[in-house]
Amino acid sequence: MTTDTIIEIKNLKTYLGDAWIHKGLNLNIKKGEILGIVGGSGSGKTTLLRAMLGLLKPSSGSIEVFGQDIVNASYEKLLEIQRRWGVLFQGNALFSSLTLLENVAFPLCEHTTLDTQNLEELALLKILMTGLPADAALKYPAELSGGMQKRAGLARAIVLDPELIFLDEPTAGLDPNTADGFDELILNLQSTMGLTIVIITHDLDSLWKIADRVAFLGEGIVLSVAALPELIKNPNPMIQHFFNGPRGRAAEEIHEKEKK
Amino acid sequence: MSKENLVSYDANTQQLSCQGDWDLQHFSSIHHALEKMHWPNEGKLIIDGQSINKLDSAGASLLVHWKNTLKNKGINVELAHFSKDHEALVNFIEKELPKKIQLPKEKKLPRLAAIGKATIQQYQEIKEYFAFIGLLTMDALRLMRQTKTVRWSSLAAVIYRNGYNALIIIALLSLMVGIVIAYQMAVQLRNYGANIYIVDFLGLSVLREFAPLITAIMVAGRTGSSYTAQLGLMKINQEIDALDTMGVTPSDILILPRIAGLFIALPLLTIWADIFGVFGGMIMANNMLSITWYDFLHRFEQVIPTRALIIGLGKAPVFALIISSISCFQGMRVEGSAESVGKNTTKSVVLAIFFIIVVDAFFSVIFNKLKL
Repeated sequence: MTTDTIIEIKNLKTYLGDAWIHKGLNLNIKKGEILGIVGGSGSGKTTLLRAMLGLLKPSSGSIEVFGQDIVNASYEKLLEIQRRWGVLFQGNALFSSLTLLENVAFPLCEHTTLDTQNLEELALLKILMTGLPADAALKYPAELSGGMQKRAGLARAIVLDPELIFLDEPTAGLDPNTADGFDELILNLQSTMGLTIVIITHDLDSLWKIADRVAFLGEGIVLSVAALPELIKNPNPMIQHFFNGPRGRAAEEIHEKEKK
Repeated sequence: MSKENLVSYDANTQQLSCQGDWDLQHFSSIHHALEKMHWPNEGKLIIDGQSINKLDSAGASLLVHWKNTLKNKGINVELAHFSKDHEALVNFIEKELPKKIQLPKEKKLPRLAAIGKATIQQYQEIKEYFAFIGLLTMDALRLMRQTKTVRWSSLAAVIYRNGYNALIIIALLSLMVGIVIAYQMAVQLRNYGANIYIVDFLGLSVLREFAPLITAIMVAGRTGSSYTAQLGLMKINQEIDALDTMGVTPSDILILPRIAGLFIALPLLTIWADIFGVFGGMIMANNMLSITWYDFLHRFEQVIPTRALIIGLGKAPVFALIISSISCFQGMRVEGSAESVGKNTTKSVVLAIFFIIVVDAFFSVIFNKLKL
């Protein structure tokens, strides 16, 4: 394992329900990159994420995060790793009984010994960094729109200044403008805070915009990992089918135009 | 890394040197070190970031915070020798961090106002409850006219889940209650040699009071809570809204079958509880007072009027309506969060049991006046 690899997945096999979801999957994620994970529905993207987070024990294979084996990690080891990453779940997973500020301050509260004032200041800073207005801080998640909930989820994911964040479908269900704004936000955070970002998405526009490399999941393995312009030239029929639909083309064209 | 090494200030050159890891882990120590610093009152101050090892947004926010504070004191602050990444981060934070953070604090109502507010809320809830009952009645009347749309399968499912599946627990519970009552009575009756009167006492108390009450309380805990939680979660998932937009009112498919199902199931469960309650008493009578099965049943037939059974059973449908209407109402009142599901479920069970007992007391008084 080289020093600039942050996640290394070797020969991962997962058996769920009545099927093999992953059949010997290999993937390396480098430090400082934005890696997109794509694939058709049911190709095991979310399962892969859950395995990387240690929420699901794979049937066999190894997953190393920050050079530590996560599959068989002890409680202390896992805690140490968990402090270094942040996760934005698909459904935001904000705690519905806490206000936004309490939600964002929660990891700080658990993992640091800061006093209340500093705690609130830092949490509020993160809320503002994600582009939410300050007066949203005292609202409950149910009172916020979908886009604002996503931002709040992101604020909570970055509050411990992690080195690595996982985003599960961050732009799903957002209107195009908000989704664009969210992409900008992710890029901005990545450049200023030097994050490594693993992003699962169906949004081809945001893939073109933010992903350095894209891993395509299919048939239980990673069919290909490459920068997007390279990936779409891959002759594999699944990849071609995925990117060469009308939407894929449109996203590509927009990207081409923007580059010029 | 110790405190002194993170930040040091040279008063002669008015230069603040920052070193090491300016991150969340060292936030508190840096914060304290900076607060203890003897700052100059005027002039120019240079913050040197050359030997900062690691800077994260927490550290950067501290830096920006002090930079702003010093600026307000009239000191010229300059950042020097920061690496490009660190400078970018500081600038980014500086842009985002508001000059003054003022969070509106939650206002606390004075006690009297709080009581008033709670009263109004309660009043509103009662009004809403009656509106709910009214709506259900209208829906039920409409359904009665068009029996084709009655959901027999949902009704059967409700009876199965809340009646049939509760048989074992109800049987066990009423058997215990029967045993306990008979045991306590037996001790007293034996003193007077009035052994055989246990049949009178036990029969009347179980049939009239204990079986209906115990069953209703058990069902309120078992079924009432499940109604509230189910409907509440469906409400959060917008399933209720989905039904509404499909032209199926929630009362048709969700609420009325539940109410009707319990209306049928609870009296049946009460008979079941009657049987086991009396049976439990019979066991104790046999054991402690040597009353044979035959004697017991023979006297039971003579002294217990059918009226006692009917009065007990007659209360069950009323209890069923109380349980199901309160729990469905609380389920439909769930708003937004998981917390609200929990709160309303508690409320539904507590209110249901409360009103069961209140109504039972009313019944006792009324039956007494009617000399039943």
